[in-house]
Amino acid sequence: MLDKNGIAKRIAREVKDGYYVNLGIGIPTLVANFVRDDIQVEFQSENGVLGMGPFPFEGEEDADVINAGKQTITTLAGASFFDSATSFNMIRGQHVDLTILGAMEVAENGDIANWKIPGKMVKGMGGAMDLVASAENIIVAMMHTNKAGKSKLLKRCALPLTGVGCVKKIVTNLAVMEVTPEGFKLLERAPGVTVDQIRSATEGALIAEGEIPEMKL
Amino acid sequence: MINKTVKNVGEALQGVEDSMTFMLGGFGLCGIPENAIGELVRLGIKDITCISNNAGVDDFGLGFLLQNHQIKKMISSYVGENDEFERQMLSGELDVELTPQGTLAEKCRAAQGGFPAFYTPAGFGTEVAEGKETREFDGKMYVLEPAYKANFAFVKAWKGDEAGNLIFKGTARNFNPCMCGAATITVAEVEELVPAGTLDPNQIHIPGIFVQRIFQGERYEKRIEQRTVRPKE
Repeated sequence: MLDKNGIAKRIAREVKDGYYVNLGIGIPTLVANFVRDDIQVEFQSENGVLGMGPFPFEGEEDADVINAGKQTITTLAGASFFDSATSFNMIRGQHVDLTILGAMEVAENGDIANWKIPGKMVKGMGGAMDLVASAENIIVAMMHTNKAGKSKLLKRCALPLTGVGCVKKIVTNLAVMEVTPEGFKLLERAPGVTVDQIRSATEGALIAEGEIPEMKL
Repeated sequence: MINKTVKNVGEALQGVEDSMTFMLGGFGLCGIPENAIGELVRLGIKDITCISNNAGVDDFGLGFLLQNHQIKKMISSYVGENDEFERQMLSGELDVELTPQGTLAEKCRAAQGGFPAFYTPAGFGTEVAEGKETREFDGKMYVLEPAYKANFAFVKAWKGDEAGNLIFKGTARNFNPCMCGAATITVAEVEELVPAGTLDPNQIHIPGIFVQRIFQGERYEKRIEQRTVRPKE
């Protein structure tokens, strides 16, 4: 079974040379720490920066340079700043190659819910709806089950949707899965996790054909 | 040169009234029009509608207007980090319209550019699209979103000149350029106001035609919401 860093490490292998990548808040943010340094990648933050770097050294923070999580950041050589409309043109216009975001629920048809728990959490969708409606390549990073132990991979989402039929791939602490017309297709198991364990933690249809390899990290 | 300068924030906000709709630039607390917000608090006008990506924090930015119960409606994409906001929303005191962030930016820019509405894929099939016209283009579904209408846009830039030309810095740019010229009157506040002819025309982000009034803000706190650093190696 993987921890959050393990999930990020596995997703980092999906980041290819020449990709522009948008990382959501939470586990997705950790992905940047594990991307190979022999490939060229630029991270986009939807508040208006491409070419995001690490956090600044203490004393070098600039209130005018933050990421979408409102954290102080730095920029790397080749970076650029732009306005919000331009930022979402990059996203909506499918210029961003890969979007990695968290989710509360994913359904077997690719629907995603990650912005609202009616009566409890109503903070807003931020850029998530634009991202999921536009990106061709969306990977969801999340734990397989919620804190109460219930599956987050469902037949149908119960929470208000962020987007319909848009998730392509899911990486959890237990498995890597692809969304297919038949349901969640199991591609890889986390180290030490059995197909049966994954099946019992998955409410939606799980397709496990042949030998399922263990993840390489 | 058409001179857009006004002498202070008081003159810049002349004409604001109860029940008006305002656009306010900024992402989180980054690039917010601190001086205009301070003046709105001082004037005490009520029942205002604010179009702003976020709603500030409890004790800064739009949080000041919320504490004062001056806001009737917020149009935003993300409103976490503000307890007073949540309290007013759940009690029904405050009307809240949550809008996808890219749609919010584009609804401003559509107003700036004279588009009555546009189609976007964001929110299709979700509660955001309820009651809205949808249409298929090349096999994909889109939602029709109208441009915003606002009385004033309050934006903040790094530098500006007497002609109203603006230059932004870092990610403090965000929604500010999209809101310039998107309301009846655009008020720009800048950290540094310089004489016309000082800024290189090649480097202007927003031409002065989109700005009606410009002034140099008296002070900027530029509070950091999440101070994240790494140790020096």
